[in-house]
Amino acid sequence: MRTYSGHSTPEASNALYRQNLAKGQTGLSVAFDLPTQTGYDPDHPLAAGEVGKVGVPVAHLGDMRALFRDIPLDRMNTSMTINATAAWLFALYLALAEERGAPREKLAGTTQNDIVKEYLARGTFIFPPAHSMRLTCDLVTYAVEHVPEWNPINICSYHLQEAGATPVQELAYALVTAISVLDSVKARLGPGEAVARMGQVVGRISFFVNAGVRFIEEMCKVRAFGLAWDKVTRERYGVVDPKQRLFRYGVQVNSLGLTAAQPENNVIRIVLEMLAVTLSKNARARAIQLPAWNEALGLPRPIDQQWSLRAQQVLAFETDILEYGDLFDGSPVVAAEVERLLATAWTEVEHVLALGGALAAVESGYIKEQLVASNGERLSRIEKGEQVVVGVNRFTETEPSPLLGGGGGTGGDILTVNPEAEQAARERLAAWRAQRDAGKVKAALVALKRAATEGANVMPASIEAARAGVTTGEWAGALREVFGEYRAPTGIAHAAAPGGAPSTGDEIVRVRAEVKALGDLLGRGLKILVGKPGLDGHSNGAEQIALKARDAGFEVVYEGIRVTPAQIVASALQEGVHLVGLSILSGSHLELVPAIVEGLRKGGASHVPVVVGGIIPPADAKALLEAGVAQVFTPRDFDLTHIMHELVTLIRAAHPHA
Amino acid sequence: MPDTSLVALARGVMDRDRAAVAAALNLVEDRRASARGEVVRLLAALRKAGALEGGHRVGVTGPPGVGKSTLVAALMRELRRGGETVGVLAVDPSSVRSGGALLGDRTRIAPDPDDTGVFVRSLATAGELGGLAPSVPLGVLVLSAAFGVVVVETVGVGQSEIDVRQVVDTLVFVAQPGSGDALQYMKAGVMEVPDVLVVNKMDQDLAQRTVAELRGALSSLRAAGIAGREIPLVAVSARDGTGVGALAAALASHLAELASTGALAAGRRDGAVAWAMRAFVRRHGELGLARVGGEHALRGKVAQGIRAGKEVIEIIDGLLAPSS
Repeated sequence: MRTYSGHSTPEASNALYRQNLAKGQTGLSVAFDLPTQTGYDPDHPLAAGEVGKVGVPVAHLGDMRALFRDIPLDRMNTSMTINATAAWLFALYLALAEERGAPREKLAGTTQNDIVKEYLARGTFIFPPAHSMRLTCDLVTYAVEHVPEWNPINICSYHLQEAGATPVQELAYALVTAISVLDSVKARLGPGEAVARMGQVVGRISFFVNAGVRFIEEMCKVRAFGLAWDKVTRERYGVVDPKQRLFRYGVQVNSLGLTAAQPENNVIRIVLEMLAVTLSKNARARAIQLPAWNEALGLPRPIDQQWSLRAQQVLAFETDILEYGDLFDGSPVVAAEVERLLATAWTEVEHVLALGGALAAVESGYIKEQLVASNGERLSRIEKGEQVVVGVNRFTETEPSPLLGGGGGTGGDILTVNPEAEQAARERLAAWRAQRDAGKVKAALVALKRAATEGANVMPASIEAARAGVTTGEWAGALREVFGEYRAPTGIAHAAAPGGAPSTGDEIVRVRAEVKALGDLLGRGLKILVGKPGLDGHSNGAEQIALKARDAGFEVVYEGIRVTPAQIVASALQEGVHLVGLSILSGSHLELVPAIVEGLRKGGASHVPVVVGGIIPPADAKALLEAGVAQVFTPRDFDLTHIMHELVTLIRAAHPHA
Repeated sequence: MPDTSLVALARGVMDRDRAAVAAALNLVEDRRASARGEVVRLLAALRKAGALEGGHRVGVTGPPGVGKSTLVAALMRELRRGGETVGVLAVDPSSVRSGGALLGDRTRIAPDPDDTGVFVRSLATAGELGGLAPSVPLGVLVLSAAFGVVVVETVGVGQSEIDVRQVVDTLVFVAQPGSGDALQYMKAGVMEVPDVLVVNKMDQDLAQRTVAELRGALSSLRAAGIAGREIPLVAVSARDGTGVGALAAALASHLAELASTGALAAGRRDGAVAWAMRAFVRRHGELGLARVGGEHALRGKVAQGIRAGKEVIEIIDGLLAPSS
């Protein structure tokens, strides 16, 4: 058991790790901050407000040393949630191990290294898909050869379901992702090596799956996963050893279905979701992480995390769940559902392969569109009451909850990050740059670029760069020069659901008339900008708002993820929008939003209302309103159509003389 | 808006003041009757200051998915490096029946937010059936008063692609590897013959072959008398920037050719006449056309107005006014 952690500074994270290890935790799970995940140093403009926020900043070997101070690498199992820059963080880890004299054969752990879901759901990609996949394969092939105990990739369908995937889609897109990785590795190894090593490579691949509250279907989904994986690895890659073909997976249960209304109900949802991946012995998860019950309200506190851990322990140690064989073998109901999921998913797998595989379907926007459409349908079912969410659209009457503080938030006791972490990281970076050998750095970067250009495995050159003192931003910058930078399709332009045909229903029709009437009054169609400032790539909220706004008749400028406050201001001014809507989930709203409000004011657009949506605690909401924000929306505001009505109202109020 | 404000607005546009350019574009998009007079006065002020002469208006068109936005972004960077200022009008056809639209192409343009030498504005087609919205030619005029090069990006299908021809000096058609159809359409006269042909995505397989095929087809187009001049074919990879310099050079050389033969001014005049006629019919219908004496008479009156330096809106509104 381990906790996904890391924050503020390498030193602070190191202290936390050693504390946890002293309490008997057996491994480490490192969370990196967004600048590290997207290849920026702490002094880059895009890193502003994000350093040390969702994880630890690691900008160079010195940070890596501090992060693992007094932790024996050869006796540690280290899991790193890192993707676009996985090869680099792995290189830093290997360089550190070498310094410490820890043999590579003894290094155990995991690099997440699954880039496909970054394009589709999580957003921390850097390079165009083909180049990213090449880096993925470089890490995989290097690890299989030199660091045999390392799990070089963990394929995550978890994030796909969070982005709206149905169980069938989760199954299908995880499989096509795995196929695209294995096909690329096979090609990179060459025919001779591939025969010798494919079994070994397949045996090192693991998955990270989601589980929703429809837990019977979810249980059938993980059973179907196992069967499909066995088939793919046997038939497509000729792996003969059944042990290497085993579907190894960990689970984080669904956060998407957790509600801000009556949040205590989430505990029950989480437990049911956990049953999905534990009930059937033949498809039981190897590791489970549970979200905190109040995740939709703000950053969980230690007590909230403890509650989630205790839920697992009650199931494992109090109940008899682990004492029986598989309960469902031979059940015709389960067999039929597994067969349905498998067949439907396999049809979609073949469709994507016919489109050219996962990478082609990422570049064309196909998969993203499917996910956005599914999520749109889900939200619309909830809005119409066709899908029951207890406490949200049915049984909404409630007693006051003693679990919530007076303000309706998490009780005012929210975990926050020390704002000085960013300044400290910048100073540490400057000091690091000042003491290293500039000639060596330059030579290492030249060698890295050469390896990237010539198609050699980038791992040796990256390890050399780590030794020379290259920084995360410099490593990624050199590869940005060679590979270029990628902006993914937003998936909303062609998303099927509310796309061509306007949706029906009294309220949306009413709002559409309001939008039209106000547009006529102001002389041109109402135009809004939906912005996602900062490095946080979780774009579901922004996408659904953009889709709903179009459905309501707004002209919507949506620029995708990872834009700076200055870019948002420039676009809002140039586009002449009537309102700016911002979505932020990384907790950086207090840094990013006021910069945008101020920028608009300086650009002569102080009359343009700015609204913010995200996980925003009440105290922060108050601060944002004081900074000039017109309205703050939180996950409690699930009725998107009603939000559209409020946007019209705000625009009308901003034009008192029209 | 009082005249003094409009003069100040015109001044701001010419100074490339971001807020002024945006306000001027808001004005030309404004559908209220009260805005028409203001648009005329704004354009008149710009024209009087000589701001509507010169410059280069470029149309970039092509089927969906060929990478037009990425190409426009790369071209914008290339022109900026050469010291040009660039205004982009991205005309988005994604309007749906709700009246809403998603203007998503900005994701690929991503200009430097601090650079006031570039400006990107997207326009929904506002429910026009085929064809560009009336605000497009007006927007081009406003941007051309502020920026050296104005790029109009639009999806090359049907009427909008014919319309864009009328508001630009140079029309660029973008094709991608594996698309040989475009030439067939040009040959059949279904599609406008462009001034510059671009094959994008040269980083892909098939690209070299497509270039060779298109070269062959272009020469047959010339042999058939459909294309009068030799159409330059530029192979680019908008993603990594290969060939974008050659595209900028091809655009500049087309402009120089137009300017040296007097075709630049004549082309702009003809384009304005064509727009005015269509706008007149759209506004006043067949009945209005009959009242001014039919198409030939309309063309004469419109051309006269354009030569006299009047604005299109002014001309078509004046034709049926009691005094005329």
